[in-house]
Amino acid sequence: MTEASRLRSRHIVNNIMLGMTGVFTVFIASVLLFILGYLFINGARNLSWNFFTQLPKPTGELGGGMANAIVGSAKILAMATVIGVPIGFLGGVYLAEYGNKSFAFVVRYVTDLLNGVPSIVVGIFAYTLIVMRVKHFSALAGGMALGLMMIPIAVRSTEEFLRNVPNGLREGALALGTPKWRALATVVIPAAKEGIITGIMLNLARVAGETAPLLFTALNNRFWSPGVNQPMSTLPVMIYTYALSPYDDWHQQAWAAGFVLLMLILTINVSARMILARSRYSGGR
Amino acid sequence: MSAQMEAHERSPEHRVPRPAPPVNDHAARNEVQSDPLRADSAPANAAAGPPSAKPAELFGPGVEEKMRATNLNFFYGKSQALYDISIQVPTNHVTAFIGPSGCGKSTFLRTLNRMCDTVKGTRVEGDVRLDGEDIFGLDVTSVRRRVGMVFQRSNPFPKSIFDNVAYGLRVNGGLSRADVAERVERSLVRSALWDEVKHKLHESAYGLSGGQQQRLCIARALAVDPEVLLLDEPCSALDPISTSKIEELLLMLADSCTIVIVTHNMQQAARVSDFTGFFLMGKLVEFARTEQIFQAPARKETEDYVTGRFG
Repeated sequence: MTEASRLRSRHIVNNIMLGMTGVFTVFIASVLLFILGYLFINGARNLSWNFFTQLPKPTGELGGGMANAIVGSAKILAMATVIGVPIGFLGGVYLAEYGNKSFAFVVRYVTDLLNGVPSIVVGIFAYTLIVMRVKHFSALAGGMALGLMMIPIAVRSTEEFLRNVPNGLREGALALGTPKWRALATVVIPAAKEGIITGIMLNLARVAGETAPLLFTALNNRFWSPGVNQPMSTLPVMIYTYALSPYDDWHQQAWAAGFVLLMLILTINVSARMILARSRYSGGR
Repeated sequence: MSAQMEAHERSPEHRVPRPAPPVNDHAARNEVQSDPLRADSAPANAAAGPPSAKPAELFGPGVEEKMRATNLNFFYGKSQALYDISIQVPTNHVTAFIGPSGCGKSTFLRTLNRMCDTVKGTRVEGDVRLDGEDIFGLDVTSVRRRVGMVFQRSNPFPKSIFDNVAYGLRVNGGLSRADVAERVERSLVRSALWDEVKHKLHESAYGLSGGQQQRLCIARALAVDPEVLLLDEPCSALDPISTSKIEELLLMLADSCTIVIVTHNMQQAARVSDFTGFFLMGKLVEFARTEQIFQAPARKETEDYVTGRFG
């Protein structure tokens, strides 16, 4: 083969590969845009002010909204955060700042395994542990199931962002005679706080769409659910219930709910990224 | 460079009479280990002087010992970084440690305030005393309050200028807001930064230039009134103007504070220090008055280093 033809075949291979990467990139992006667009067209069309303010109407009656599911989702996510984040945060601080080799390795490994547990298994777990014992579905059980799902990511993201804090800051604080816990609380954790908050928000956005664990725990409710001890309606479970129903107007409501849920998750995501962009020690993430 | 090589390369014009060169590595190590003590005590003109001379003869009359390390060995895991370091640091003077990269001078500095404790898998053998007290027997936080440290890379906290300087004061507690403000001002004045920052005390410390950030770190260390201030190559990332400001500052501070500075820059050691220790491969080769180290070193390795023949 001559030099020129070798060069030509290289060019051809290069162009084919480059073309393929481009095609697949466009493909992936268009799938996402297709989902977003489809949801936007179907969801936004069916969205009305009533959707945010009214309870679901009885079967057969048109109109109504999902105000209870929106509030229910917010309440259950708040419970999940209160339960999952402190445990995950402290675990992350331990791994990043105190963990010795072998025990930290075990904790990290178990955390990663927990992250891989399918959400429906978490649902069964919460069902067996709480719902079976108190003999009724409750919002609290739902909050605990989602909180459990938040722990692994809270641990690992906290650990990661603390590790990104330059060691010089730790040393600077310790060299002034600061006890280690105080150096952590007043210098290291504040330096990583944007990252840690971002991690928590992305975590929240991830569990906001979980349906399976809630089917076993919070179930659903066509009315307001005061407190945390009753079954509670949430957006994902409403989508599930309404989409499976035989009624056209329920399908439209399900589209609207899907759209609202997606907007909620997008909002959390985008604001998390904005917080991270302000951070100094984000490690470029 | 091993002591054995040194034995072969010793030049005839080397001015200080020395014992017969060692013939094997083991003997060489023993000799280097015992030599710093002799160098400590040797007057410039007599290497054969009394081997048990008191530090007062090195420091001169009226100069007290502030810190002392005796037979200090330091290990990172299995590898030994410091070999049998013995040295006395004089009160209210500037002591410099020079030597090539990796010679152990920074490691030694970090044992003086127990910052070495923060690195896992390290081990210290031997004795470090601060005013006669064993620092490994004291509470680590009280050692570090008394022995402050400034690092190679300036490391201001992501807080305001004021809060950076006030940090150590607040950790110690027991001061009113007015006292804290007064001590912050005094520390910034002492570190020659006050005039540059007095109008923006509550702005972020990251808005300062590199040299200003390093002086802020000095102010932060000074705020808690340390008895000793350790500086680990504080000017290595700074331009010459910032460097000269910090050097002037060190000379002023030496009236009220014991200063130990590690530096790569021999001119800097010559400019700011009263006493200089030369480290090589984890050993303290020579410790003497700075003039002596630079003009009439007792050891061949020191002379080679300060005249730029290696390193």
